[in-house]
This record gives sequence, C-alpha cells and structure tokens, in this order.
Amino acid sequence: MHSDTITVRFFARLREELETETLEMPARPELTAGDLLEELAGRGGAWSQLNGEQPVMVAVNQAIAKPSTGIKAGDEVAFFPPVTGG
Amino acid sequence: MISIQIEDFDVAAEHSALRSSGAGTGAIATFTGLVRDSGDMEGVTGLCLEHYPGMTEQVIAGLIEQASQRWNVREARVIHRVGRLTLSDQIVFVGVCSAHRGDAFAACEFIMDALKTSAPFWKKELTKDGEHWVEQKNSDLDKTKTWD
Repeated sequence: MHSDTITVRFFARLREELETETLEMPARPELTAGDLLEELAGRGGAWSQLNGEQPVMVAVNQAIAKPSTGIKAGDEVAFFPPVTGG
Repeated sequence: MISIQIEDFDVAAEHSALRSSGAGTGAIATFTGLVRDSGDMEGVTGLCLEHYPGMTEQVIAGLIEQASQRWNVREARVIHRVGRLTLSDQIVFVGVCSAHRGDAFAACEFIMDALKTSAPFWKKELTKDGEHWVEQKNSDLDKTKTWD
C-alpha cells in the first residue's frame, strides 16, 4: 500500500463480475466512498452496475460505512453485495 | 471466542467449553446452521462461502459486545465456516452462556440474526445446473430489525 493511494477491494459477485479483487486508486482531498463508486461506474461495461441500480455495501477500514464517508490516503475501501452468511 | 474456519467444528466440544465458564452459569443456548438442499434454487448440492477476513471478526466481536450490553452474557462462542460445503454440513455455530435461560436464548438469537445481515459473508449455491450467488432476504433484514 502506498501512502498516497487508496486500496479498493471487491468481494463475492462483484469481485467475479468485475474480474477484480483489489485496485489502487489515487487519493485526493475531500474524496468520499460515493465519489469512488461514481468514478468506478464510469469505466463502463460490468463496472456500470456500481451506478446505484444494484445495492452495494461499502466498508472503510473494515467497518461498515456510507457513500458520504470520507476517504483519505492509506485507507482500505471495500465494495460488496448485501451479505448472505449464516 | 470467534473463529472463521474451513474445518468442521464439534458442537459437543463447544458446549463443554461454555459449561466450563464458571459456577455462575445457569444456562447455555446454542444454534447450529446447516447446508440445506433448497435455498434460492431447488436442488442445491452444496455451498461455497466467501468472507472478508479481518472485517468479519471485527463485526462479530461488535455483535457479541452489543449482546453483552443488553443481556447477561458470561461467554459467547461464534464459529463460521468458509469454503466449499456439502449438504447437511455445519455452517455456523453460536453458543451463549448466561446466568438464566432468557438471556441465553435472546443473546444467541440476536447474535445469529445480526450476523446474517451484517457480517461480511457471501454464499454461492451450487446445483447440478450451475452456481449462483444467494440474494439477501428481506425476511432476514426484518428479523434483525425486530431487535432495534
């Protein structure tokens, strides 16, 4: 992990459909989890599903977060489908 | 005690561990979840379970903490398996010991309900025709809300 980047992780159906387990993205001031989602959805193709039409949960530094949660350099952000354990 | 593991677990051993929590324990409630042959689809032959290592343990620890604030919880043990499982395999264990049964039942059910809707696990059902990710159920969300 670089100090000026954010680690983004995907799980389950999202990990499979995006064919991506982790990504490094550049950090910038006043960045939120929602901004990251929007940026990723803009990649098109399978990434478009991050545009809000499907429920996506977000965690920041391994704690449940909201789209409005602020993200800073060095953070670990995860996007995943609603959980189905138990 | 929280364990996320590939290996099976022994309910009798877990029960014994809860029993040895001291003479103040008067009740033990346990729940064991198994792989069933029908879920989102009929003809399920097994499951593949994925989790978010690190976060999963933190979320479950938080649920045990919440339960301990609401009820008398002398000890709680949660085990959840990951990886590939077959029909009738044990998936999850929640065991709670308390001074009295009401607290043990309630804390065990709360931890299990909240785990289903907040701990980062994902189930993929395997059938002879293929595999698919299980969808979150509104009934599970509603059940968790009853504890608010």
